[in-house]
Amino acid sequence: MRIEIPDLSVVTLVGASGSGKSTFAARFFKPTEVLSSDFFRGMVSDDESDQNATKDAFDVLYYAADKRLSAGKLVVIDATNVQKEARAPTLELARRQDVHAVAIVLDVPEELCQERNKANPARNYPPHVIRNHSRALRQSIKHLRKEGFRYIHVLKSPEELDAVEVVRVPLWNDKREEKGPFDIIGDVHGCFDELCELLEKLGYTVDANGRMALWEGEPRRKAVFLGDFCDRGEKNADVLRLVMNMAALGLAFCLPGNHDVKLLKYLEGAKVEPAHGLGKTIAELEGETPEFRENVRKFLDSLVSHYVLDGGKLVVAHAGLREKFQGRASGRVRSFCLYGETTGDRDEFGLPERMDWTEEYRGRAAVVYGHVASEDVRVLNGTFGIDTGCVFGGRLTAMRWPERDIIAVEAKREYYAPAKPLVVLDERGYFLDAKDVAGKRRISTSLFGGVLVKEENAAAAFEIMSRFAADPRWLVYLPPTMSPCAASPLEDCLEQPAEAFEYFRSNGIENVICEEKHMGSRAVIIVCRSEKAAASRFGVGDGSRGIVYSRTGRHFFEAENEGREGELLARLGDVLSETNFWEDFSTDWVCLDAELMPWSAKAQKLLSEQYAAAGEAGRLGLSSALRALERAKERGVVPLGVKDVKKGTSGMNVDVGKLLEKYRAREAALTRYTEAYRRYCWPSPSLDDLRVAPFHVLATEDHVWKDTDHAEHMRVVEKYAAGRDPIFIATNHLLVTLGDERSVQTGVSWWTRLTESGGEGMVVKPLGFAAKRGSKLLQPAVKCRGREYLRIIYGPEYTESHHMTRLKKRSLGKKGRLALDEFALGMEALDRFVRREPLYRVHECVFGVLALESEPVDPRL
Amino acid sequence: MLLTITYRGDNAADLGYLLHKNPDRPQEFELSFGRAYVFYPEVSDRLCTAALLLDIDPIDLARGKEGAKGGGLFDYVNDRPYVSSSFMSTAISRVFGSALAGRCDKNPGLASSELDLRAEVSALPCRGDVEMIDRVFAPLGYEVHYAREALDEKFPEWGEGCYVNLLLSRRCLLKDVLTHLYVLMPVFDRRKHYWVGPDEIDKLLEKGAGWLENHPERDFIVRRYLAGRKRLARIALERIDNGESGATEDADLESAEKAKNLNTRRLEAVVAALSARGASSVIDLGCGEGNLLRLLLREKSFVRVAGADASIFALEKAKRRLKVDTMPEPRASRLTLFQGSLTYRDERFSGYDAAVCVEVIEHIDKNRLAAFEDVLFTHARPRTVVITTPNAEYNENFEKLSGPLRHGDHRFEWSRGEFHSWGSEAARRYGYEVLYSDVGDLDEKRGSQTQMGVFTRCE
Repeated sequence: MRIEIPDLSVVTLVGASGSGKSTFAARFFKPTEVLSSDFFRGMVSDDESDQNATKDAFDVLYYAADKRLSAGKLVVIDATNVQKEARAPTLELARRQDVHAVAIVLDVPEELCQERNKANPARNYPPHVIRNHSRALRQSIKHLRKEGFRYIHVLKSPEELDAVEVVRVPLWNDKREEKGPFDIIGDVHGCFDELCELLEKLGYTVDANGRMALWEGEPRRKAVFLGDFCDRGEKNADVLRLVMNMAALGLAFCLPGNHDVKLLKYLEGAKVEPAHGLGKTIAELEGETPEFRENVRKFLDSLVSHYVLDGGKLVVAHAGLREKFQGRASGRVRSFCLYGETTGDRDEFGLPERMDWTEEYRGRAAVVYGHVASEDVRVLNGTFGIDTGCVFGGRLTAMRWPERDIIAVEAKREYYAPAKPLVVLDERGYFLDAKDVAGKRRISTSLFGGVLVKEENAAAAFEIMSRFAADPRWLVYLPPTMSPCAASPLEDCLEQPAEAFEYFRSNGIENVICEEKHMGSRAVIIVCRSEKAAASRFGVGDGSRGIVYSRTGRHFFEAENEGREGELLARLGDVLSETNFWEDFSTDWVCLDAELMPWSAKAQKLLSEQYAAAGEAGRLGLSSALRALERAKERGVVPLGVKDVKKGTSGMNVDVGKLLEKYRAREAALTRYTEAYRRYCWPSPSLDDLRVAPFHVLATEDHVWKDTDHAEHMRVVEKYAAGRDPIFIATNHLLVTLGDERSVQTGVSWWTRLTESGGEGMVVKPLGFAAKRGSKLLQPAVKCRGREYLRIIYGPEYTESHHMTRLKKRSLGKKGRLALDEFALGMEALDRFVRREPLYRVHECVFGVLALESEPVDPRL
Repeated sequence: MLLTITYRGDNAADLGYLLHKNPDRPQEFELSFGRAYVFYPEVSDRLCTAALLLDIDPIDLARGKEGAKGGGLFDYVNDRPYVSSSFMSTAISRVFGSALAGRCDKNPGLASSELDLRAEVSALPCRGDVEMIDRVFAPLGYEVHYAREALDEKFPEWGEGCYVNLLLSRRCLLKDVLTHLYVLMPVFDRRKHYWVGPDEIDKLLEKGAGWLENHPERDFIVRRYLAGRKRLARIALERIDNGESGATEDADLESAEKAKNLNTRRLEAVVAALSARGASSVIDLGCGEGNLLRLLLREKSFVRVAGADASIFALEKAKRRLKVDTMPEPRASRLTLFQGSLTYRDERFSGYDAAVCVEVIEHIDKNRLAAFEDVLFTHARPRTVVITTPNAEYNENFEKLSGPLRHGDHRFEWSRGEFHSWGSEAARRYGYEVLYSDVGDLDEKRGSQTQMGVFTRCE
């Protein structure tokens, strides 16, 4: 005997103690699939036969069963289950989880059970217990179906038990092995002519008279009809014929719509109200043969409410489907597929008020659905509503899978007046949920695998993001942190090009680019061709043309300089238009990584309160100290030898002359420090005083520029953005071949000249944007800062040898790891945005970068 | 970084005895935070100057800290090595301890004589309160001199500097000069290098004996010396006042009292509005340190009380202040606290009769208000929503407002008209009715200090 069970279901073993349930379970199921009441009794009480522990044992058992089903795993309940009350929680579980309940009854002779019971000293129930079990079981069998078991298998004898075979079969809706490609077609509603036109446009060979459409090319495409074939339109029978013909030959998958189910009821002889266009269909069918009507009935009756296709990447259903219902089977799953979710109330037009499940949809499978007639295709969070109201005079729309192309034909006319206006797209999907970002998470990236974000870092980012960040729809990227090169072995020098070059050379990189490191503030700039392009691509319809934001996702210009953002974007947009950027790169927008100068434009507060303040305090303090020391030295106090060091009021002797030297050195260091920060400051009362140096073209439409080498990034910036409007400037750079000693020497002297003339330093990057060694991702950039600049970072006196020795012991490990994680997340965010993934998927990565930035790391690196 | 004490008079070199430091022996002292040097730039019969010079390494200071959390680069590049601050006070007590105590075994008479003294304090921080220098030192009898210079002469537009070299002259005991400096340098610096605890009160009262009690800027000195810790300052002032009669209330304290009143009145108005609408479960969105939660928990009618805030720090503080860990179980079981943001939908916001946003909306960027509305009115959608926000019109009645807004983090402040037009539009769009009321002091023309809108869902 062969028992078939759905591969996702709750299997309940029913049988008296000693009937062989556990042995049976072990034969056909994995140990982890079998949840045995004995085992859970043991778990909660250390005694598998302790009947007092039964309630607690079942609590844990059902809890575990629930978790398994949520994860899509089969569950086998190994308990006697002979009473109706004992089976009830299992059925409740199956209902709650929308899976079928299967009963396998082991109805073996009572004597056999008694015998086994006696032979088992651990069990040893009194005989009447077994007798009661057997009686209850026999009374139960005939009620099982009514109780709610969908599949019931009764095994009567030990021989039958031995001969049985359990086979798992996929659910009807499980068509994961069907990989397509597919053409998914929205609600037809009897619009036969438009359907033929659409199929032709899609490339099918259509025989309108024969009501047939064939795909003759390779690979073989299949049509998927999202239901609502009939009603309201003019040629309902023709549509049914064509769809049934295609289905019969295996050329199409068909899903039932709410209209189809009502038609089925009519065909089954039920009384239905011929409203919402059903009357027209009935009239047409009345003119057809009884055989045709019977075929239609059979066809509609055979339809499965939804399909999971293409390895689980695609779900199709008439009204769509929540993630938790996908691949499940129950009355409410079917109901959702047919009608969607309703509030139970009626709207102002007297129609059922719909809940919008798509806003909260976070599933990984794309869901393509119809049912809701809209003015345009509704794309949100990976769901695609493609009913564009053909019968109401709109369009008949198809979506290609996996291409995701939308192909539509206009309705020839309005066949039916809609009861309410078609749904218009609004700003839905803009709203994020705390669950999209909170807590510990692992974000998968194409560059670097899974990047882990710790809970406490997410909590810190949650505050920053919600209090300070710009509209999340603009935030498609955040820049990564950057590691400095290893400390130089040269005495008196902390950073040197040699170590930056060595990092890449030792990792197998032949060519690097050295880019001048501008000392300003990081700015990510998104600029669109027009306000309209901004609204349609980024969804921000407030009339802005783009954004300039900081490395933490805040608007770069603060409230008092609010106007600057718009002005800067307009000027950049104009430059890009003049240089034909939009046409040359077939895009309406661009995202640039840039440095905005002067430093004082953004960091004035930091300068006043910290850098300039330290300078002023130093000037005052040191000049007084030097005056005093000079006077003391002039006095000619002769230093005494070290003697009588007493505790208390007497100190060690000290040489004023040496002190004077020391404090003179300190003053010299302070002067150099002051000069260092002053170089990066200039007054900027107007936008014309700013300088913007873009150095990465991060992304344009359909393209993340991470496979484009840095020389090309530089070329594009020079050609398209720099030089026309004086505020946009190019970045000095130099290509270095690491195997060529002369080239390397050129690099070193280039850096030396740069830093000696006041430059911050340089950034060394592998010429290819995202470089790997084997599968290991390399640092996308390593900075090498100038000796004078570093006074701002490490303090005016860091070049003193006792400081230098200590500073060289810095550890770069954590900084480097963060840089890689953040780089991978930033690129992933752009990838997702460019692939038009939902906002929450892009935001997850951007949020991840901000979270990692809260990880404590030496701020001087 | 440098303190000099100059004595003019006969046998000026006797200053060496007073300070217990030989003018001909420059000395070096190890301190916990670095080194101090004592030497004499001038020694003659008529004039003697002693110098106390500090040598502090900022990197050593930063390394003494736990990691680099929060401090960022400030821990490494800062004014600490150069200024006269609490480090200098510590150096005075360590190096000139006997002089500070007024002891001089070799010449006791000199220690108790009034001398012509001049002290020069280099790089005294005085950001934002230069005028206080005169008000603090002049009443003590000093002739006060200082000159201000630019923060950075190359950038005159950056304004005046934050430090002065301060010159104080007076005929008095050496002990008094040292004591005054010991107490007052940290008052101007504000950033003490050690933790300020209750024992600092004893130190202050001991060192302040005889001059602090009746100093006109007494409250300022006490508050600043105790690093702005209000509770400590209150205790110190009470202790000083004990035995004194008719102490006058400081204007600042008066206004602080007023602010506290407004806050209390605001919270009471919110609680009254909630009770009037029969809410039995309330969520405080942007609960901060839990002031409203405390009031709500006192009323038994609020069966469930929740607080959410974007700031983990604020939530931790709320937990401490509400004593959540030791709260009796029946009360604790009514309370939920969690991190939540008003721009992210959150299922934990749902299921309460009422949601309250007290002085929260003005902290949200205007272009994020749509998200706030969605989270509150569409998603959480409680029956009652109470929102309070400052009334910008009333700001003219505040004399001490330094900017156009009441708080640095306010993104906007609405007039009554602006609040009403936002509120009524939101009510219309999301199916609520809204009533507005006044909270706090009322100005006939400009309205009340705070405005409140109570939204009721249309059923």
